[in-house]
Amino acid sequence: MKQLINYFMVLAVIGFLASCNQAPTKKSTSSKSGALSGSVAERVYVAPGEHDSHYAFISGGFSGQLSVYGLPSGRLFRVVPVFSQDPEKGYGYNQETKPMLMTSHGFVPWGDSHHPDISQTNGTVDGRWVFINENNTPRIARVSLKTFETEEIIEIPNSAGNHSSSFVTENTEYVVAGTRFAVPFPQRDMSIKDMKGNFKGALTFLKVDPTTGHMSIAFQIKMPGFNYDLAHPGRGKSHGWFFFSTYNTEEANSLLEVNASQNDKDFIAAINWKKIEEYVANGGGKKVAAKYTHNLWHDNQHATTSTMEKEVLVVEPKDVPGAIFFLPTAKSPHGCDVDPSGEYIIGNGKLAAAMTVHSFSKLQKAIEDKAFDGEKYGIPVVKFEAVNYGVLENPGLGPLHTEFDTRGNAYTTFFISSEVVKWNIKDLKVIDRHPVYYSVGHLMIPGGNSQHPDDKYLVAMNKITKDRYLSTGPEVCQSAQLFDISGEKMELLLDFPTIGEPHYAAGIAADKIEPKTTKIYKLEENTHPYAVKSEAETKVERKGNEVHIYMSMIRSHFSPDNIEGVKVGDKVFFHVTNLEQDYDVPHGIAMIGANTSEMLIMPGRTATMIWEPKEVGVWPFYCTDFCSALHQEMQGYIRVSPRGSNTPLTFTLDGDVPGQDE
Amino acid sequence: MKQAMLLLMGVVFLFYSCGEPTSTAEKPTSKQSTQAQSSTEDNQTKKGQAYVPAVEGEQANALQVAMSLPDFSTLVAAIKAAEVENAVVNAGPLTIFAPLNSAFDKLPKGTVETLLKPENKGKLAFILTNHVAPANYPTKQLKKDAKKGRKLFMASGKYLTVENKPDGIYVGGTKILKSVKVSNGWIHVIDEVLVPAE
Repeated sequence: MKQLINYFMVLAVIGFLASCNQAPTKKSTSSKSGALSGSVAERVYVAPGEHDSHYAFISGGFSGQLSVYGLPSGRLFRVVPVFSQDPEKGYGYNQETKPMLMTSHGFVPWGDSHHPDISQTNGTVDGRWVFINENNTPRIARVSLKTFETEEIIEIPNSAGNHSSSFVTENTEYVVAGTRFAVPFPQRDMSIKDMKGNFKGALTFLKVDPTTGHMSIAFQIKMPGFNYDLAHPGRGKSHGWFFFSTYNTEEANSLLEVNASQNDKDFIAAINWKKIEEYVANGGGKKVAAKYTHNLWHDNQHATTSTMEKEVLVVEPKDVPGAIFFLPTAKSPHGCDVDPSGEYIIGNGKLAAAMTVHSFSKLQKAIEDKAFDGEKYGIPVVKFEAVNYGVLENPGLGPLHTEFDTRGNAYTTFFISSEVVKWNIKDLKVIDRHPVYYSVGHLMIPGGNSQHPDDKYLVAMNKITKDRYLSTGPEVCQSAQLFDISGEKMELLLDFPTIGEPHYAAGIAADKIEPKTTKIYKLEENTHPYAVKSEAETKVERKGNEVHIYMSMIRSHFSPDNIEGVKVGDKVFFHVTNLEQDYDVPHGIAMIGANTSEMLIMPGRTATMIWEPKEVGVWPFYCTDFCSALHQEMQGYIRVSPRGSNTPLTFTLDGDVPGQDE
Repeated sequence: MKQAMLLLMGVVFLFYSCGEPTSTAEKPTSKQSTQAQSSTEDNQTKKGQAYVPAVEGEQANALQVAMSLPDFSTLVAAIKAAEVENAVVNAGPLTIFAPLNSAFDKLPKGTVETLLKPENKGKLAFILTNHVAPANYPTKQLKKDAKKGRKLFMASGKYLTVENKPDGIYVGGTKILKSVKVSNGWIHVIDEVLVPAE
């Protein structure tokens, strides 16, 4: 015993020393850097019970979800289901969330999530919502950062491969969604080889309600049929503009790996959205028939409505002269990034191995001077020299994406040479380079898409890990790598595996979110039509072959927990309310033979699942979440009688009808 | 000391059995480190579920309710002396038959003072757990249990009788004076300390 105590004492002392060390370590990172800076481990070590300093919302890519990690620890806290069904939580399986995955193509159980972006106020990330796009069935979702649940998904019509999305302007006036694939606009039956000049590229601007966050499509710009790859908003002096990178300006429809690489330069499309907003406000644009779903979560009803929208406002570039320009950019640019001051617009020349840096001030002057080099489909092409600030030649191979610190530096990922390169924008000089493991795509600095990056950490997201972790067969995880960028040299601190493909991420200081998170749903605010507020209200009703169970759950039983009179061929609805009003006491429910997932129900919440019994017998259901010391006792039985039997419908708890056992 | 420690560990384990086994291992560690960190007896430096800040809209748990009522100051002091604060806020569910200060006053003179001494921590914890059922017993349920002749299994390992009498429900021979719903179960107020036979 004494030995044990001694052991704990030693542990305690170590814990104490470690926690004492934290403050000075943090400071020293800016002065000391490189491999000599001592223990890297202690800079990512977050002691048991301590909290991380930052949230990282990392896209799940082809998992369709959004993961929530802590920085600097790299610990995974939660996977928020967004575009894919999640049987663990019942998302997309229960009646309340199934409508969230409705599209104009019907119910789609999966999505390809890409670019999370946090809402902003005055050019600073505000921690209210994360927006994220779905690539395959073009959609934009909004996730609440109070509840960490998907609250809204809106489909984008006339679009395909929704890739240059979902970036927000600096007061979250708009979220944009640009089409990667040019398509017939509107869709029609035509020959693929007639693509050139006939396909179009939709750039969609979604208005965001500043109070509720609700999205609506404000307008779609019907651009030439190029591929629109990525985008970023202007900020500060360039607020009111949006910049989209394009490739395949050749308008090739086959073997793009060759045919879309013929032009020496493609474009960055510069869009003055303030001007278009004004045009639209004055009655500009044309309402065009379209079909797209708008799915909205209702907080108190605990349910989603799915509405099929029927038209969209389309703006033709030629109708708003002076609002749209093409900036020549080398070659097939991928990332299109804007520095915190809003002055520099950077095209990451994927195939050119060059970084094209355009100047917003020069763009304004060029427009004034009409320094154009012809036009493309009626859109003026600005002379390269008239808009270009400079080119960083040969910084590495395959530049993809750039983020920024507050000290005038840019950090660019290079897919082919597997590295992150730090360079000074004004001087166009490389300062530092660091290998990553391997083939990096996006990188993220918390607050990266804003005027105020929080520039201590950088997260590089890698597509290939090969030998980096214990092997798990042919399919291995992708990864994130954490760098400390507070010093002159970048320091690699940590490697951690990610879910799906960590396509892109958004980060923010924890104190902007954590104090406001929801802990429980208040029972008195629950207006779900099948909610019960107490055990006395629980009951079972038959309507034809539908049986509706109004069920409650509280530690450690269901009410009712014995039900008879259900028949083969019935459709049984479990409407289940978690009566707990205590933080971190979810209950789950699973029913044998139900062709759906379990439901995990948070305190105060109601959810519904359907069970269609096919066999006569007595069938149990139980709580799936280890809720309490008597979790194993939390179960019930349903008796299923043959079709047409006259077993009376009864429901009881401990032998009595709930609410009638006084 | 050894026995007391084991007993306490046992009690803690009983309540924590739904959580991870690390809970039991961690407890002494955090206790030791808080002692090292701070000499001021401040709740904020203590670790465990009992010290998770209250959430707006959330029901108060058993400990929060007991602490808010002056009539339970002796019980609260005993819970702290036995270091079972984290256990009484556990997910449970728990039903606590909570003796008033006046109940402790009925004990022979000096009993409470003796029990509160560090060397009697194990004994105190045992007595306290004899007031806690690892179950959800609202009044309605207790009435029904009495009618059906069921006994209440207590965290001490002992059973408690429950009876319906003309003037109310009696547990362990003493009347329930009042009942309060708490987030992790129920508190039933009594005016006797339920000292186990041995």
